[in-house]
Amino acid sequence: MIEIKNVSKWYGTFRVLDDCSMAIAKGEVVVICGPSGSGKSTLIKCVNGLEPFTKGEITVDGISVGARSTNLPKLRSRIGMVFQNFELFPHMTAADNIVLAQQKVLGRGAEEARAKAQELLARMGLSEQAAKFPAQLSGGQQQRVAIARALAMDPIAMLFDEPTSALDPEMITEVLDVMVKLAEEGMTMAVVTHEMGFARRVAHRVVFMDQGAIVEDATKADFFGKPRSERAQLFLSKILTH
Amino acid sequence: MGVYNWNWSILFKEPYLGWIISGFGNTILIALLAWAIAFPLGSVIGILRTVENRVLRLAATTYVEIFRNIPLLVQMFLWYFVVPELLPADWGRWVKRDLPYPQFITVVLCLGLYTAARVAEQVRSGIEAIPRGQRNAGLAMGLTPTQVYRHVLIPVAYRTIIPPLTSDFLGVFKNSSLALTIGVLELTAQSRQIEEYTFAAFEAFAVATVLYCLVTGLVIAIMRVVETRTRIVGAITVGG
Ligand SMILES: Nc1ncnc2c1ncn2[C@@H]1O[C@H](COP(=O)(O)OP(=O)(O)OP(=O)(O)O)[C@@H](O)[C@H]1O
Ligand SMILES: [Mg+2]
Repeated sequence: MIEIKNVSKWYGTFRVLDDCSMAIAKGEVVVICGPSGSGKSTLIKCVNGLEPFTKGEITVDGISVGARSTNLPKLRSRIGMVFQNFELFPHMTAADNIVLAQQKVLGRGAEEARAKAQELLARMGLSEQAAKFPAQLSGGQQQRVAIARALAMDPIAMLFDEPTSALDPEMITEVLDVMVKLAEEGMTMAVVTHEMGFARRVAHRVVFMDQGAIVEDATKADFFGKPRSERAQLFLSKILTH
Repeated sequence: MGVYNWNWSILFKEPYLGWIISGFGNTILIALLAWAIAFPLGSVIGILRTVENRVLRLAATTYVEIFRNIPLLVQMFLWYFVVPELLPADWGRWVKRDLPYPQFITVVLCLGLYTAARVAEQVRSGIEAIPRGQRNAGLAMGLTPTQVYRHVLIPVAYRTIIPPLTSDFLGVFKNSSLALTIGVLELTAQSRQIEEYTFAAFEAFAVATVLYCLVTGLVIAIMRVVETRTRIVGAITVGG
């Protein structure tokens, strides 16, 4: 479904991505981890063209992200993305956040879009919050609205960039639970996270990045059993101790 | 110096009352018309300063730098005395001979273009204050860049810049007094004229001051209401 082939990216002379290659099959859940600054966010943003890349090729469902002829808005509308800081639109209610792109991008009617929003909010356990503005919601609630907003587009894949790292510990579970359910329903997912519990439960593969390169791309069992690279071992020992 | 002879009643005598009314009317008219140029034009230029396209950005920046950095009075003289000379001959002739109310139009145009540069700066800073992630979130769901501006960036930015925009509007209103330098009889000019005819300097300028303050107060009060009505729920508010 998502194929990343030999992708490199430079900021001036600084290489953010170093010949990255990986593939995510339909229904697969891939967790991407690695130290801060290793290029995880950059890589995941390349997948829906939010970041341009210098070299290589990325295809989503057979469509090349980097090609000039590609209709990027259309392609992006088929890939959901969830951000570290939620990025709900502050001047719109939770429901309106979910309705906006359904109407403006997919051309759905107001009633259909609203019904869809209500249905998704209910799925997230947030029916009561539909009319609230983002600032009136807790971080965990905001992130679940953001997930609902992405799902409203009926995406073929979902990208998550550290969806829980801005949350207080007691809210992390409520967001992870939603993501676990999504994974179990067969959603194709690329998740940048350091939540190794989540990786253990639902990931099919774990990708470890360091200094812009994909150092390790292993099945879950292999990654947690015997990471091959020293850097991955060191990283794991650091994040698993707390 | 002798005792000043107060004579408030002079203000209610013709032709002085009429002068005040017509001066005040001109002042308001200049301010509103100039704002009608400044607000849309400044909005477009401010938005262009934040877009990806470099050529558009550079053009917008150039506009702002030129109009913000030349003193307003100099701009007024340039428009009135110099620009008509630079126009193609028949245009110049038309401007000098057939253009109705040439001073009035010059003032409105000059103030409008100058204030547009200030509005542009407010709009730009309002948009730039929005975290990059908001734009990305909009794009990620498939909105086009134009739709992201239309539905996300602009509605948020304009709410936050209501106070500085209000003061820019009041700026046009006050700056309209410069119109007297090229002979437009707005409020300040009329006060001066009354002073020259009646020597009631204090009375004439007091009434002008009161009228300026009234309008300023009224505009501020209205904009406070607008700001409260449009405030984003839960947004941090600065001041009252
Ligand atoms: N616009 C930019 N210009 C220059 N360097 C940048 C820019 N954006 C990111 N970088 C650099 O690229 C590198 C990778 O950044 P990225 O955000 O992808 O890392 P990350 O793995 O997501 O880190 P984190 O865990 O902190 O989110 C970092 O060293 C960062 O400083
Ligand atoms: Mg990151």
